[in-house]
Formats: sequence, structure tokens, C-alpha cells
Amino acid sequence: MIYGLGILKGLGVTLKHFIYSYIEDVRYLFEGGRYQPRHLPARQGPRARGVFTVQYPKEKLPLPENFRYIPFLVYDTQENKIKCTSCGICAKVCPPQCIWIVRGTDPSTGRPKPEPEAFYIDATICMSCGFCAEFCPFDAIKMDHNYELSSYERYESLLFDLPRLLKPDTYHAQIHPSDWARELAEKEAEKAKKGEKAAAHTSA
Amino acid sequence: MTAPTKAKAVPRAELKGDLAVLKEKFGDAVQPAEYEGVVIANDVLLEAARFIRDELGYRYLSSLTAVDYIQEGYFEVVYHAYRLEGGGPLVFKARTPRDVATVPSLVSVWPGADFQEREAWDLMGIRFAGHPNLKRILLWEGFHGHPLRKDWKEPYYEEEHKPFSSRWPSGHHIRAEDRVFWHDNVQYPLDWDPDQVEDTSDELLYIGMGQFARAETGELVEPKSLRTERLVVNMGPQHPSTHGVFRMVVTLDGETIVRLEPVMGYLHRNHEKIGERNMYLQNMPYTDRLDYICSMSNNLGYAIAVEKLLGIRPPERAEYLRVIMAEFTRIVNHLWAIGFLLNDLGAFFTPALYAIEERELILDLFEEAAGSRMMCNYMRFGGVAHDVSDDWIARAKELVYNRLPRAIEELDRYLTHNELIKARCQGVGVLPPDLAVAYSTAGPVLRASGIPYDVRRAEPYSIYDRFDFDVAVRYNGDVYDRYLIRIDEMWQSLRILRQALDQIPKGEIQAGKKQYMIRVPAGQAYGRVENPKGELGFYIVSDGSPNPYRYHIRAPSFINLTALNEMCKGHKVADVVVILGSIDIVLGEVDR
Ligand code: SF4
Ligand code: SF4
Repeated sequence: MIYGLGILKGLGVTLKHFIYSYIEDVRYLFEGGRYQPRHLPARQGPRARGVFTVQYPKEKLPLPENFRYIPFLVYDTQENKIKCTSCGICAKVCPPQCIWIVRGTDPSTGRPKPEPEAFYIDATICMSCGFCAEFCPFDAIKMDHNYELSSYERYESLLFDLPRLLKPDTYHAQIHPSDWARELAEKEAEKAKKGEKAAAHTSA
Repeated sequence: MTAPTKAKAVPRAELKGDLAVLKEKFGDAVQPAEYEGVVIANDVLLEAARFIRDELGYRYLSSLTAVDYIQEGYFEVVYHAYRLEGGGPLVFKARTPRDVATVPSLVSVWPGADFQEREAWDLMGIRFAGHPNLKRILLWEGFHGHPLRKDWKEPYYEEEHKPFSSRWPSGHHIRAEDRVFWHDNVQYPLDWDPDQVEDTSDELLYIGMGQFARAETGELVEPKSLRTERLVVNMGPQHPSTHGVFRMVVTLDGETIVRLEPVMGYLHRNHEKIGERNMYLQNMPYTDRLDYICSMSNNLGYAIAVEKLLGIRPPERAEYLRVIMAEFTRIVNHLWAIGFLLNDLGAFFTPALYAIEERELILDLFEEAAGSRMMCNYMRFGGVAHDVSDDWIARAKELVYNRLPRAIEELDRYLTHNELIKARCQGVGVLPPDLAVAYSTAGPVLRASGIPYDVRRAEPYSIYDRFDFDVAVRYNGDVYDRYLIRIDEMWQSLRILRQALDQIPKGEIQAGKKQYMIRVPAGQAYGRVENPKGELGFYIVSDGSPNPYRYHIRAPSFINLTALNEMCKGHKVADVVVILGSIDIVLGEVDR
């Protein structure tokens, strides 16, 4: 064995990576250049060769539906109300206990009413685990896709209150298409069930 | 344990097999314990431990930890020892009243007990008589109290258990530091005076290393008796080679290392105390943050331990998904470990970045399945959180059949026969097999020393008994073999992945209804999995309430460090960096 052959072989690998980055450049040259958004999946896919970096923030990787970052509350735009019933399950399940909810009360009767009076999520503590969204029985809290939350101050701007947390259900439908489809299907099924019951009632 | 367990008679362990032999040999000094194992009287503990190791053949001490039974008024030290041929543990325990808090040290029988006993002293305040170096290990010497004792409360203490009642239904937000008088995350005992405080950590350390002695004036001086040219050098805590905030204090004779002592705890957050305040499910995302490279397999270890207590198994598809995720994690970890080992050797970042490229592709899959690249929080008790699509499986197959084999092969071609790497790695940091066992090292470190011990084979969990794979083993026990074994293990992981991805059935992914507040039957369980860095164990004591009574983690990186001194002796400073890299530690797990 010649001494140094191993090193040469290794350098061959580096050289290969180096050359590939140019071959790929040439290939993309005829398709509008490497940094076209439509090339991103291929450049980041299992067949990618050569340069593997993404030019963040000019380019951003597409996020899968399951992606989770600090939760938001869903606002029902059809019925014009907050979906949350302030049942408190998310506040209980939250591992770092960063959800604070003030349950709403009906001013005329003084009894609890199914809408939160105040809702806080302390984003400095939230670990983005997704349990709140997973265990909410009313599909009222969902995980967001917006991960660019840096701020110059870590107190007020990272304590999310009700107005800041609320987002329309159209936004939810847009980032979670299949989850939204499931919700719609469940609603339909429930309606059909109710209709059936009502029909059975009248026929009886 | 809380009161109700008293009323209901707690089942005693049956004394069968080796436990019966132990009982016969030591008579009344050995009594059956609650749920599992035996309690051995302190005066025969050492003798019994030797008997267990030499006569019964349980040569490997996997875990040592302590539980504070405050109502009964004693501490219990729990030992789990295993045979290297495989099979279940021999569980034995030692008890000591809370006000005495002393048990004999087993370091002379199992040197691997060293750090674990120091940890138990530090966090639980149990003295181990005869321990050669009983100092705190994760906290500093001036620390007030022993945090894992049930009557110790942290500065931000709110309530004994989550969920906290202040969050709902009238949850007016208040920041944790605003609840503390100092508006800071500190807590002082009433009679505490900052001018009086003395941190003797370093002093104890240096005296322990034989470098200094204390003069009558109280100063530290060089010992008179011998004049040496020895030098103490601190590497870290801020040092690029330490893979985080980790400090090594080395005594040098010229440039040769005479003794090395790791100093850790800079990232300590008392994961276990947090875990005992949490509900069972709430611990799942916290386990992600132990070894943050391998969150999937941490999840698996915790889920398995709790499922043991619950007596449930996940459905088939979930079992396959778990194995797939865990094996992908192994590849991720080993790619990372090899890349950074090369960094430590001075090949700055080119190999690391080639390796990480493949890791990114696997993390893409994790992100799609679990919602996060690193903090996966994917497993649930009796299942997994989300199903994967057929497209996901197809892409995973593409990786497993095409991309990853090529990448590993390329890494092999790139590095394995490189003469510089051989020169720097072969014969460096040798850990002979008997020492590797004695020091309780695990995972690639143990197997590179010629001990083919792999929990997936020795005590199969999940569905590992169905797959065809070999336990990788190498025999030289040096840095080079610890590098090679990681390549070998990646090949074996690919084998398992191929089988799992081909066989995965359709169906449910969660057994029963998913609940956020599970009640776990009272009992004790030790669940362990073969994590990429070694054996990860969870010791859980349940008292039947929604929160674990005791939650202990056997962290492989932490225990593997026990052998670091042994590996480094006689080498040069530059080698220490490489040897540490070859153990592959993650400080999130070491410091917990
Ligand atoms: S978000 Fe969901 S779980 Fe939380 S309080 Fe509202 S309805 Fe209940
Ligand atoms: S994502 Fe997790 S940590 Fe964040 S608010 Fe929801 S439950 Fe709490």
C-alpha cells in the first residue's frame, strides 16, 4: 500500500462535491437559475447534489402541515365568534403551564359562559409542544406556522393576549388544509345525524 | 409513597431464581421489596454486591438511583444490574433512615457507580460511605439543600403538582420572577449572607487531584512533600471542543495527562424535579430536550417505561413507526457524531457538513410526521401522535434504499482509510473490555471495546425481536474503533429500516383513547432502550396519582463520562479533545 492513498481518495470525495456544485449550476442555467422557487423541492430532495444550502430569508423552505410553532386561537368567521369555550383543558395539559385563561361570566346571571374573558400565552415559556391543539375538544386552538417572532423586548411583546392570539378560521384552513377538511366532514356528519334524529322524531 | 398505598397491601416481590439464591446466601439480611427486587441490609451490601457480580454473573451495573420515601421516613437506593449475556435485571435496594442518609458505596465493586453515587449525594443528599471522591457533581458546593428531596422547593415553586390551579378559571398572567421578591430566579435561605458564602468546589477539586494542599494559614499551597513539575490546566467550560459547556480539569506532567476530572452541570435544570411536578404526559416533550439530537428515541424510552406500568402495548403500525423513527435517529446521531469527531481532529467542518446534509433529509421526514425537526414529541402512551402518508413511506424508502447507503459509503471512502485519521485515532483512548463493563459504559463505547451488548438484543423491547440485524462489535476499544462502530451501526440501522418500511401494516396508531391525564397504577418500572449514545433508562415510581412520584433518567452520555479519566491517562492534551469526541456526549443529557 502506498502511504497517502487514503488521503488522496478522501480528497477525491471533496473534489466530487466541488465539481457537482458546478454541474448543477450549469443544469439550472437553462431553467432560469438555481434560485427559482420551483427548484427548491428538487434542490432539497433526496436526489439533490452539489450546494445544499437555502438562501434564508430570501428563500424559505415550505412547511409541512404538521409544523408547529406557538399556538393561535381560531375565530369562527361564519358565526362571528371565538371558538374557544374556555373549558381549560389546554391550560391543564400545557407542560410548562404557560396558558392563562379567565373564564367568561354572563354579567346578567353571573354564571360562567362559554367564551374566555382573557386568554394569555406566554410565548417566552411556550415550548411549542402542540399538546394544547392536540387535546382541545373544540378545535379552537391550533399551532401556527409563523416562526419569525423575534422582538427587541422580551416582556410585553412576547406575552400574547386574546387580540393577538385570534386568527380567522380562513387562515387555519389555509395552513392546515387536511385538518380543516376533517373538521368540515365532522360538522357535516353531525348535521346529518341531527337531521336524522329530527326526522325520526317527526315520523314517530 | 402517599397514604392510600398503606391501606391497600403493597405486593411484595416474589423471590425466584437468583433472588432466591441471594436470599439463601444472606438469610435475613435480604428481604423482598415492594413490587420488585430485594432490600439488602447495609452491613452486607458490599459483600452481596460482590456476590451478585461474581457468583451470579450480573457484571454490568446499569443504573443506580435514589428515591425519597418521605412518609415512610427513609431513602431507598435502587440498583439495576444485568448479565452481559442478556436477560432481565437483578433489582436490589438499600435503605437508610432520612436523618442518617448513609449507605455503603459500591464504587469498589462497580467503578461505574462513581458518578451515579455522586449524583445521588448531590441531588438527594445520601452519603455513600467509602466513596473515594464524594463531591457534588451537577450543582456547586455552596448550594443550599438537596433538590430531589420531596421537602425541597425550587425558587419558582408554585404548587406540588401540575396543573397549577392559578391558570384556570381565573388565570391572570403573572410572570414567574414577579412572584419572587428579588425579581430574579434566585432563592436565598433566610439567614444567608452573600459575603459569607464560600464556594469550595474548585478547592476540593484541586486538592482531590493532589495538586494543592491547605496550609495552616488556610491558603492553598503546593504540597511540600513532593516537588513536581505538574500543571493543572482547565479546558472549558467555554471551549469549542467540549461540545457544549463542559469543563475538564487535567493534571499534566509535561504534556502528558496524569489525571483528568470532568466538571459538569453548567446546563443543569433538574429535569427530574420538573418531571416529578409534571403529569405523565407532560414529560414527553421534556424528554426531547435531554439528548436533543435523538429526541425520537428519548420519547420511545419514556413511553416504554410508562407503558410497562400501564400494561399496554401500542398497535402494530405504531410499533413499526416507532422503530422506523428510532433507527432514523440512530443514523442522524452517528452522522453527527462522526462529523464532529472530524472537527475535533481538526478537519474543520467539511466532513461535518457532508454528514449533516443527510441528516437534514431525515429531519425533513421528522418534521412532516411530528411537526418539528428536533423537538419531535412524537410518541404517546400506547401509540404515536400522527400517522404518516404513503408518500412519506415512499420518500423514506428512497432515502433508505438509495441515498443513505451511498452517503455512508462515501463517508467511509472519505475518512476510514485516511492515514492522518488513523495516525490520530488508532491506539488512542483505549478502553479495555473489562474496564468498559466495570465503568458501566454503554452503546458504541462499550461495543467498540469488544462487548457485543445491545439492549435491542439483550432485552428486546418494542418489536426489535422481529428484525434481522447484527450487533456491531469492534475489539480494539480505541477512538478509531469507536468511529468504525458507528459506521457499522448505521449499516445495521439501514437493514432494520428496510425491513420495517417494507413490512409496515396499515391500521390504528393509538391503543385506546388518547388522554391527557392518565392514571398509572402504583408500581415501579425501569424501561430502557438502546439509544444511539448508549443505554437510556427511565426509572419511574408511581403512587397511583397523575404525577410520577419518582422520575429518574439513566443518561448514557453522563455515565460514559465516568470512563473518560481512564481513557485519557497517558495521552496528550490534543488527544483529550478527540477522545471526548469519540464518546459522543450531549450536554443536555449529561447535565439534565
Ligand atoms: S382552547 Fe380549547 S381546550 Fe383551551 S380552553 Fe378553549 S376550548 Fe378549551
Ligand atoms: S404548544 Fe405546548 S407549551 Fe405551548 S401553549 Fe400549547 S401546550 Fe403549552
